[in-house]
Amino acid sequence: MKKDIILAGVGGQGILSIAATIGMAAVDKGLYLKQAEVHGMSQQGGEVQSHLRLSDRPIASDLIPEGEADIILAVEPLESLKYLPWLAPEGWLITNTVPFKNISNYPHIDEVIARIKERKNHVAMDAESIAKNIGSVKATNIVVLGAAAPFLGIEYEAFEKALRNIFGRKGEEIVNMNLKALKSGQELATANN
Amino acid sequence: MQKLLLLGDEAIAQGAIDAGLSGIYAYPGTPSTEITEYVQSSKKAQELNIRSEWSANEKTAMEAAIGMSYAGKRAMVCMKHVGLNVAADAFVNSGITGANGGLVVVSADDPSMHSSQNEQDSRFYGKFALIPTLEPHDQQQAYDMVHYAFDISEQLGTPVLIRIVTRLAHSRSAVQRKETIRQQNKITLPSDLSQYILLPAMARKRYRTLINKQDRFLELSETGGYNTYHEGSDKSLGIIVSGLAYNYLMENYGYRKVPYPVLQVGQYPVPEALVRKMDEEVDEFMVIEEGFPFIEEQLKGLLSKNITVKGRLDGSLPRTGELNPNIVAKALGLESGYGDPVPSLAVSRPPELCKGCPHIDTYNALNKAMEEYGQGKVFSDIGCYTLGALPPFQSINSCVDMGASVTMAKGAADAGMHPSIAVIGDSTFTHSGMTGLLDAVNDNSNVVIMILDNATVAMTGGQHSSALNRLESICKGIGVEEDHIRVLSPLPKNLEENTNAIREELGYEGVSVIIPRRECIKTLSRRMKTKAKKKKKESTQ
Repeated sequence: MKKDIILAGVGGQGILSIAATIGMAAVDKGLYLKQAEVHGMSQQGGEVQSHLRLSDRPIASDLIPEGEADIILAVEPLESLKYLPWLAPEGWLITNTVPFKNISNYPHIDEVIARIKERKNHVAMDAESIAKNIGSVKATNIVVLGAAAPFLGIEYEAFEKALRNIFGRKGEEIVNMNLKALKSGQELATANN
Repeated sequence: MQKLLLLGDEAIAQGAIDAGLSGIYAYPGTPSTEITEYVQSSKKAQELNIRSEWSANEKTAMEAAIGMSYAGKRAMVCMKHVGLNVAADAFVNSGITGANGGLVVVSADDPSMHSSQNEQDSRFYGKFALIPTLEPHDQQQAYDMVHYAFDISEQLGTPVLIRIVTRLAHSRSAVQRKETIRQQNKITLPSDLSQYILLPAMARKRYRTLINKQDRFLELSETGGYNTYHEGSDKSLGIIVSGLAYNYLMENYGYRKVPYPVLQVGQYPVPEALVRKMDEEVDEFMVIEEGFPFIEEQLKGLLSKNITVKGRLDGSLPRTGELNPNIVAKALGLESGYGDPVPSLAVSRPPELCKGCPHIDTYNALNKAMEEYGQGKVFSDIGCYTLGALPPFQSINSCVDMGASVTMAKGAADAGMHPSIAVIGDSTFTHSGMTGLLDAVNDNSNVVIMILDNATVAMTGGQHSSALNRLESICKGIGVEEDHIRVLSPLPKNLEENTNAIREELGYEGVSVIIPRRECIKTLSRRMKTKAKKKKKESTQ
């Protein structure tokens, strides 16, 4: 088993929480893991990405080679397109469709979505509305994670367990909201594919 | 002992705690910050009473670490690569004084300049100071090497440099801890009490001692276990690969064996005997290293004449920027994957100041005040406010090194440029701006120094600022006239008032200090959250 995942978004959108959740689930399953993060200057409202690699055998490179990622998991649609050089031909592009507009030359969102839909394997969803309905827009990242869950090669329950671990300190309410967010994403992805 | 999922930085910190560290010294700097932060937040480190507060700059950090080593205890000092420039005086001389308690210096390089103004390679500093240098290739090795570094530091009485790069510093993987945690050292003074007195006569003696250790350092490189020779049947090429680059090489062969002989380098000086062994059996060399062509340049004196060396110098690998698996594949003539190109509509999203950031209001006022003088007269420094160089502000015209805004403004004022303004952050000011201000005061230079006080080291994530609550008294103590130390409140509603204050000081002939003061919006919101949580906890109890 080997999964190479590119996580993408804008600083502050919770990319590293997704990485932590998948990481914890993977380690719990005894998988090897390498995860390269971006810290520092680019975090301030700029593009943020992380290379997350899981395998049942030791992993050499911290960076995913181009053309070999199994999944791009994005919390922002425009950001999802920036890592296409890494995505394998059969790889999945899984993204939130709600734009984060902090630049004046943000392209028309319809064009962005059209480019996403050009990929044979894609899941595009309004994760923000789904999260809002559940209780907080803050869970948008976990909805996207839920949508990616069926493609990650780890059983669903491992992600639930990881979320309980990660958000446990913040109380039952927050845990349940994130579990719901995970479920909604997962159901949406399974229903559409 | 349990396995931990750690960043390269964190692996180094855990390694140091487990190796009997007594104190860690550092100034925050990407990608090195998380080493010290890990020690600061480690319960174990607190129990063990390991000293871990931030230092004013890398030089004070380095010197304090030398002092702790003098007293016989183990000290670590951490910095980003350009921080080693600041610490260089102390660092290079620490090679000559040698170490008493274990002394380990960690320098985190930033190839591709993700968060830096250059991509200098710290290995040169290790060679310059004539001390052993280690370069781990993964998180586990980073952890293990810290133990080894402290061991050889104490055995050979020398500081040891550990060089890491961004992709290791900020990449997470599982690390197996050692079974036993080593006790800290007790205080023991150096056996020779003149060891640290670098007066010429004694320094010459110490320098000779350092030179005499070189053979031993080389021997350790060749036999210490961090430089390994992997045999290969195809002798048409020999590969020398160091640090993180080893991972990219191995990625390209998957789980197959590399057909060529490979010399994996993790310790310097360059292991000459192993290089010569390779020279005897291969037709050509390739050197794959992250950073500068450090090994590649040194090969010339070691290899037989007319043998081709491929690497960063002959263009087989790019001369600048970090490596990755694809670049290494191309250099080796291996097949390399590629995906779809990035669509042209996917425009970049440069970093920007946060919503509500006090610097926004400062720059709005400064831009307004500067309307009558035109552009090109504002020097700046290293911090979040450097983003003021980008639209929509475009307020500043320089970013060179920590503290340079003050002294560059002074130099330009000396040249007759008016107005001449410096924009510097509170923590950058106490890092390296204070001495420049003293120069300006002594010369009565016609400058306006704006110290943007957001009460934290913001860019690296909100660490404690050495300047906190001290700025006015520092400026006064340096000799700035009290009437020309102006504190402003950078808020949208104060735009006109602040603009006028800046205008007034631009009109004053002499040294003015303007301190726009408002807490960083990020640390403020974090503080409010913690406060609310505490309140909630109290009310439910």
